[in-house]
Amino acid sequence: MTKKFVLGIYDDEDVLLQAIENVRAAGTNIYEVFSPYPIHGIDDVLGIKRSRLPIVAFFCGLFGTSFALWMQIWMLGFDWPMIIGGKPHIALPAFIPVTFELTVLCAAFGMVITFFIVTKLKPSFKVNVFDKRSTDDKFVMAIEVKEGVTDMPALNDLLRSNGAIEVNEKEVIK
Amino acid sequence: MTEERLIISRKTNNKFFLMIAIGVVLLIAGIIIAALSGGGHHAEGHGEAAAAGHEAAHWSKRLYMNLWLNNVYFTGIALVGVFFVAVQYVAYAGWSVLIKRIPEAMGYYLPIGGVVMLITFLLGGHDIFHWTHDYLYNQFLEDGVTPNPQYDPIIAGKAPYLNFWFFLIRMIAYFVLWILFFNWLRRNSIGEDLHGGTNYYHKSIRISAMFLVVFGVTSSTSAWDWVLSIDTHWFSTMFGWYVFASWWVSGLSVITLTVIILKQNGYLKLVNANHIHDLGKFVFAFSIFWTYIWFSQFMLIWYANIPEESIYFIERLGGNGGHFKWIFFTNLLINFAFPFLVLMTRDAKRQMIMLKIVTIAILIGHWLDFYLMMMPGTMRTDAGIGFIEIGTTLIFLGVFLITFTKGLTKASLVPVNHPFLEESVHHHV
Repeated sequence: MTKKFVLGIYDDEDVLLQAIENVRAAGTNIYEVFSPYPIHGIDDVLGIKRSRLPIVAFFCGLFGTSFALWMQIWMLGFDWPMIIGGKPHIALPAFIPVTFELTVLCAAFGMVITFFIVTKLKPSFKVNVFDKRSTDDKFVMAIEVKEGVTDMPALNDLLRSNGAIEVNEKEVIK
Repeated sequence: MTEERLIISRKTNNKFFLMIAIGVVLLIAGIIIAALSGGGHHAEGHGEAAAAGHEAAHWSKRLYMNLWLNNVYFTGIALVGVFFVAVQYVAYAGWSVLIKRIPEAMGYYLPIGGVVMLITFLLGGHDIFHWTHDYLYNQFLEDGVTPNPQYDPIIAGKAPYLNFWFFLIRMIAYFVLWILFFNWLRRNSIGEDLHGGTNYYHKSIRISAMFLVVFGVTSSTSAWDWVLSIDTHWFSTMFGWYVFASWWVSGLSVITLTVIILKQNGYLKLVNANHIHDLGKFVFAFSIFWTYIWFSQFMLIWYANIPEESIYFIERLGGNGGHFKWIFFTNLLINFAFPFLVLMTRDAKRQMIMLKIVTIAILIGHWLDFYLMMMPGTMRTDAGIGFIEIGTTLIFLGVFLITFTKGLTKASLVPVNHPFLEESVHHHV
């Protein structure tokens, strides 16, 4: 299935940020903005909500803590009790380093794996490059065209009046 | 960018003086109570020897310990202010420019700290430090033949480092160096305000780099001198770090709390949630760092279980009749668990009320931390937290606040000619 996009090409970061604000204020939905480098404050003007990944990290970390403590207490306290260094079977201070490491490991892996799943990032992931210049020195604002709904000349005017140096159309296989 | 002058009203200043006055009243009340009830308390706890020997000096010992505890605590905080500024310079940091005047002004307490430290040591040295007693060092009694029963070979072995004069010289050297560097940095900072240009900035970086070397050595050695040597027989290679971590997180809390209070009173208008967020991260990260150091010290001693090392934790847990047990666990709870859980989310670090609660808790917590480092080795079961402790702390807090706020009023809160000021204004995380 192909989708049609209108691409506004910008060559200045500040013009782009202003344009995003004006385009959104005019009631147009922006599909995506491509930039050669991260732009400060672009998340806010695009209205992108903050990631909920930290919540995943917390619960993965909590799982790591509980798993590590359970594992060590069960192994060294119940399954195969051993006296090590004259300490009690369940010697909590000795378990802390392992607990710490597993907490960090689970939180980190949990975050990365969740990120891959949520963004559908996998080896077969195909990236649609809307305009190759967005990897060099141009900023590209992509707006999805809905047949019969989008007013093409008006959209063209809106982008150009907000500083776009070019406005192109492109069909992308989705 | 315009200057912003802090004005401390007479009313606010009076509040600080009232704080000192209340402290003095509580302290005197505490001393009277201690002097009147000291005897009875002693007799039941220690038997005849203690009742006869140490009874009279009891309240004065407690007073010296409190002076020492509070002075080490507040001097550390003042020193951390200078250290913070130096770190920011050496790191070429831009974000902290708007709040830089606050840690800078903390250093104004250092001269007072030096004087109080010197007087307390000269007057109460014998009460604070066991190693200051001469009889420990003589292997034989005066006749030269009879072995001295009080001779302590371990302490005598430490005499080249732990002796009165070297200790005194070191103490004076620390303060001279610290005050020198503080004044040097401060003069450059104010000169920059007046004359502008990047010369002051580059010079400050060089001064800061030198100070960091000095601080790296003296923060450890002063911790050995002032805190570790109280438990003269004991030793820990982590100790310099441990005291530094405690000072550092307390200092960061003072900086954060001051920024928030100033902001809530209409100052520091250019400081926004992003700066507060970064300060919150500092407090969060270094309360974990303190815990890391705490645990590193504890676990190795606990695991090896060598009597001469583990005595330190025995005195603080089951020993001394479990007198310090509650502080031991409160210490961990208030300085680790509480900030760790409360400041974990991004939102909490950007909300002033959350940071206020946590930083105040940390400041109380690290006061208790120093209490726990000093009291078990000196006051033993006679240690308490009563009028004397609260009174002395209030006096020190009042004096610290007066010098600190006076320092803040001496220069614009915004370093108007700092080359990175613009970057700090647009700081965004």
